[in-house]
Amino acid sequence: MHGNSKDEALKALAARRWRVAGALTVAMLVAYLGFILLVAFNRPLMGHQFVPGLSVGIVLGALTILFAWVLTGVYMSWANRKYDSALDELRR
Amino acid sequence: MNPTTAGTQLGQPNTTAIVFFLLFVSITLAITYWAARKTKTTSEFFAAGGGISAGQNGFALAGDFMSAASFLGIAGLVATSGFDGLIYSVGWLVGWPVVTFLIAEPLRNLGKYTFADVVAYRLKQTPVRLSAAVGTLTVVVFYLIAQMVGAGNLIRLLFGLSYETAVVIVGAVMILYVLFGGMIATTWVQIVKAVLLLGGATALAISVLYRFGFSPAALFSEAVNRYGPEALAPGKLVSNPLETISLGLALMFGTAGLPHILMRFYTVPNAKAARTSVFYATGLIGFFYLVTFILGFGASVLVGRQAIVGVDKGGNMAAPMLAEVVGGTGFLGFISAVSFATILAVVAGLTLSGAAALSHDLWSSVVRKGHAPEAEQLKVARIASLALGILAIILGVVFKNQNVAFMVGLAFAIAASANFPALLLSMLWRGFTTKGAVASMLTGSISAVLLIFLSPTVQVELLGNASALFPLKNPGIVTIPLSFIVGWVVSLLAPEAEASARFAEVEHRMHVGAPVTPPPVTVPTGVAGTVPQKV
Repeated sequence: MHGNSKDEALKALAARRWRVAGALTVAMLVAYLGFILLVAFNRPLMGHQFVPGLSVGIVLGALTILFAWVLTGVYMSWANRKYDSALDELRR
Repeated sequence: MNPTTAGTQLGQPNTTAIVFFLLFVSITLAITYWAARKTKTTSEFFAAGGGISAGQNGFALAGDFMSAASFLGIAGLVATSGFDGLIYSVGWLVGWPVVTFLIAEPLRNLGKYTFADVVAYRLKQTPVRLSAAVGTLTVVVFYLIAQMVGAGNLIRLLFGLSYETAVVIVGAVMILYVLFGGMIATTWVQIVKAVLLLGGATALAISVLYRFGFSPAALFSEAVNRYGPEALAPGKLVSNPLETISLGLALMFGTAGLPHILMRFYTVPNAKAARTSVFYATGLIGFFYLVTFILGFGASVLVGRQAIVGVDKGGNMAAPMLAEVVGGTGFLGFISAVSFATILAVVAGLTLSGAAALSHDLWSSVVRKGHAPEAEQLKVARIASLALGILAIILGVVFKNQNVAFMVGLAFAIAASANFPALLLSMLWRGFTTKGAVASMLTGSISAVLLIFLSPTVQVELLGNASALFPLKNPGIVTIPLSFIVGWVVSLLAPEAEASARFAEVEHRMHVGAPVTPPPVTVPTGVAGTVPQKV
């Protein structure tokens, strides 16, 4: 049936979105928990200044913020181009 | 109380501050007047009629999130304890990707005004909305306390007014925004405030960096010269590793459970605009936190820790004092007025989300079972806004001397434990049931509040006991998993056939969005919610 194959395709697309969203969430979690665990358990490393004034902790913290923004950008460009156009195709 | 430090204008009436503040209030009240004429339906009152663009909503989201507690609180934490403040900045930001990936689009597609719309979609309305309202109102109340306390202290120091008068002024102006302008006014107040706050903080950071050859490293080095290498390493805040992780989890998942943030996704026209708006918001907020970090170190070097703590124990005056040092009384006035505006706007957003829970979730859905006429819903929403505004004023007075950044941490713990697990499970898991949702939300709210009550913060710092029953200040590491597990186990114990049968409909609508024409009410189960073929 026409409707059914459309439903199947929609399900597959939805599953793909959850997979992409899940993978990106895990990436964020790993980066953030990595930062937090270093803060909690490796104070000397985080306090080490590789350039006077710039400690590992400060640079990693700033990078985590930047990484979070880049990840949302990656998701947005994937969703705006691939996901939305596939969804529009199915909606027709 | 007179500030003990010489050479600061804080605590005395500041003409620039008063002028800028009056200017902000007049502009935003003009916006409210304009919005009031456009606010005739509940959809306009709660969701600005869905007519906000992705760019506008990005600024409004950032505005809702960049509270005075994070501006003044983080700058203060960094100024007084260095690196530790960054842990808050990072934690407060990393929740946003989670919101983008997991929450924003399904929420926009499934709900109407509150996150309870999503959880209750295929479950029994009354119990789910009742317990969702408990979670929402608890978060709103804690967050409101933090904001009102910040407002009172700030204005007391700025205008020389009494703390209580300050709290009443904030409450009164905020009530005007929400009562008359609803979400349209609140959104535009947020946008104006976000632009002012980002602009003000950036100007302040540039003035600081100018003195260090535009090198943040030179600024941080100076902090090391003054306060030792500890300034750039994790310090007292992380004396207990478990505490750090717990705080981190609460901050990360709390964002995805904050009612006033979740409510913003209903102001945009579709899922694409929802996702795009979070991307803008994440960029703005991330930039803001990095700037706040410069301000904190700038204050510790240019103002000095002793002077900062001398004016306010919590360090919350670091940023305004820094403005005075680099730009004189005029700049102090501007930054103070911006901070005040910030508090007003955030309190308005919070109150609106609390009013939505009271009016939409409790009154319209539970009391009137969805049969309340439009005019009645609007009336209840306005009464709820007024009541919450008055409650905010009372709580602001009662909780006079709390550290504001810490209070926000508590609100996040409750949001992460009460709202986020139920929201995620309802969207992802076919087997989720009414009882599971209720159990998860109530367990999350109650356990978070209870453990906070048993924590060292309340037992030792507030009540003066020698020790606390629960060792952590932030309960997230216990309460978030607990809420997930309880929701899961209770659902498994008593499966709900109807709820899982309707999961297909949820799945479909979550991705495709609302049908262009609503499906007929009589459609048999299984077909309901599919896109009408004729479109």
